[in-house]
Amino acid sequence: MQKLLLLGDEAIAQGAIDGGISGFYAYPGTPSTEIMEYAQHSKEVKEKGIHAIWSANEKTATESAIGMSYAGKRAMAQMKHVGLNVAADAFINASITGVNGGLIIVAADDPSMHSSQNEQDSRFYGDFALIPILEPCDQQEAYDMAYNGFELSEKFNVPVLLRITTRLAHSRAGVSTYEKKEQLKGALPKDPRQFVLLPSIARRNYKRLLEMQPAILKDSEESKYNKYIDASDKSLGIVACGIAYNYLMEIFNGNCPYPVVKISQYPIPEKHLRKLRSKCSSILVLEDGYPFVERQLRGFFNEGFEIKGRLTGDLPRDGELNPNLVAKALGRELCEGQQTPEIVKMRPPSLCMGCGHRDVYNALNEAIAEYGEGRVFSDIGCYTLGALPPFNAINSCVDMGASITMAIGAADAGLVPSIAVIGDSTFTHSGMTGLLDAVVKNSPIVVIISDNSTTGMTGGQESSAKGRIVNICRGIGVHPDHIRVITPLKKNHDENVAIIKEELAYNGLSVIIPQRECIQTAVKNKKEAKK
Amino acid sequence: MKTDIILAGVGGQGILTIAATIGMAAVNKNLYLKQSEVHGMSQRGGDVQSHLRISDTPIYSDLIPKGCADIILSVEPMEGLRYLSYLKQNGYLITNSVPFNNIPDYPEMKELMKVLEGIPRKIILDADSIAKDTGNARASNIVMLGAAVPFLGMSLEDLEGGIKSLFGRKGEEIVELNIKALRAGYEFTKSKM
Repeated sequence: MQKLLLLGDEAIAQGAIDGGISGFYAYPGTPSTEIMEYAQHSKEVKEKGIHAIWSANEKTATESAIGMSYAGKRAMAQMKHVGLNVAADAFINASITGVNGGLIIVAADDPSMHSSQNEQDSRFYGDFALIPILEPCDQQEAYDMAYNGFELSEKFNVPVLLRITTRLAHSRAGVSTYEKKEQLKGALPKDPRQFVLLPSIARRNYKRLLEMQPAILKDSEESKYNKYIDASDKSLGIVACGIAYNYLMEIFNGNCPYPVVKISQYPIPEKHLRKLRSKCSSILVLEDGYPFVERQLRGFFNEGFEIKGRLTGDLPRDGELNPNLVAKALGRELCEGQQTPEIVKMRPPSLCMGCGHRDVYNALNEAIAEYGEGRVFSDIGCYTLGALPPFNAINSCVDMGASITMAIGAADAGLVPSIAVIGDSTFTHSGMTGLLDAVVKNSPIVVIISDNSTTGMTGGQESSAKGRIVNICRGIGVHPDHIRVITPLKKNHDENVAIIKEELAYNGLSVIIPQRECIQTAVKNKKEAKK
Repeated sequence: MKTDIILAGVGGQGILTIAATIGMAAVNKNLYLKQSEVHGMSQRGGDVQSHLRISDTPIYSDLIPKGCADIILSVEPMEGLRYLSYLKQNGYLITNSVPFNNIPDYPEMKELMKVLEGIPRKIILDADSIAKDTGNARASNIVMLGAAVPFLGMSLEDLEGGIKSLFGRKGEEIVELNIKALRAGYEFTKSKM
């Protein structure tokens, strides 16, 4: 048994490797990125020929993982919580097809929105899909769940959702590893029509999934990850989900005076909860994310039994938990240190000095001045920071790819010209289909694909768009005269402003592609070239 | 033993290297460790912090509760103050005095130093100059780590071991330069106590 010091994300990757995985599939997204990065740097992954290449987006990643499962091997798709929205079609239907090789979908939630546009709770997706959900409380469980998760998936013939949150994903601790399992050899599904979701087959599969539910619940009730821990003070019973269990143990130094139900596998273990309810006079629910368990316990009529949590204000309705919030909910105020002195100013993130996006925004701001404000639709990436001073250059950031399609809709409403600003990686993630809409209608919009040849915000992962953008735009049908490649540098400023102005004046679809490598990856690549 | 450390700085200043060095030293000593990091958007020039906990008994929470940190180790003078609510009553603030000014409303240095001087238990040093003097201008983060050594519950030798484990792959010269920086920071704190 080897002991490694791993981030939660890395523990999942190592658990999957040791658990016999044949393919990792993912698109970068904080806080899930390090799972794939760990796999890509693993010598073992190379030696064993395990697939570990980035996909164009979370949907393609999930579908590829389903394909690997179909072919009888174990696969994992990893994404941030909002990535699961992109992959939702594939994800939900995979519970109807069932699996052949074990299939784990990892969703990394970001309560408190450290690096995201919302704090949606992926456990609802797992519930929606009627599949087991695993939510580790620490790095060791993260490893264990990836290690054993494929077998759980194969046992019930469904994908398994592994849900983590930022805090665990990006926290390091010692992890013990187990004996390595072999990869599966691969074999076609016994039923050749299992994955054909024609209504007649889907209805049959869905019935099978429903019939499986009692067994899935029983597995959760008997899971080693879930337990009822008795204690003497029955005035309160505590339900602690995932990482919240650690905050609880922190406060009582491992000896909680109240009975506790620890939950790290769903559906919620009814047996343990019934016991807690019968023994205790009230219940406090600790969970990171939405009040997923709390609402289920409360039910519609609430029956007068006292259940405390995020819905009652005992814990805040939004934001991640921490030991102080949990202590407060238990009536044990911890003594906090000094307030932050007023002299401390906010230090928001900003575009790097020398970044090409800066030159793009400087040129764009000057070029659109004559048209007036409020017409720049942007997207998800480093360039979203163009919303902040000194640029104040963009008016939207909604979801991956939305810049182009929102510009189309705004132009349809008469806001002409409308401008979309999207990065290269986001463009191939979800922008290409929107661009096709613009081609079909010849929308009077200017699409700026700010190409730094990498997925910058998440740390410089390989971009599927690299070296392909001009050809993609041509292939989709953008007129070659209105595909303009520029170099975003200070010395080209006037020329770039003139080109943007020309295209703004054109009453049809234009694509401007400012191309200059991300300065972070440029430095990294230079260093590596030296070696 | 149990030491709770808040590491503070600005994205790109190398606090994760400090965390990794302490982590290596802790692992070499078979101590328990939990270290929570910030990845993603904030790394682009924003404020970043890391919660680092080492102990000879199991650690539960990945986050240090407010009011419980033994030390705040900051590589930037304003950033250390941001997390004062985490510092326990008799805890120490150990900070670099050299500002990282990438915002339009960065406070006046004189005012900032006044607030820092008002903290009861603190070690303030110009880690950038000390690093330059040791011949490795880029090692100011390791100088800061050195300055914190007397508060970590581990010895200077333990931390030198951590540096060897972490930088060993980069060659003997890099290891030596970082050990020099570590010792220079350590000596500074020793002279103040």
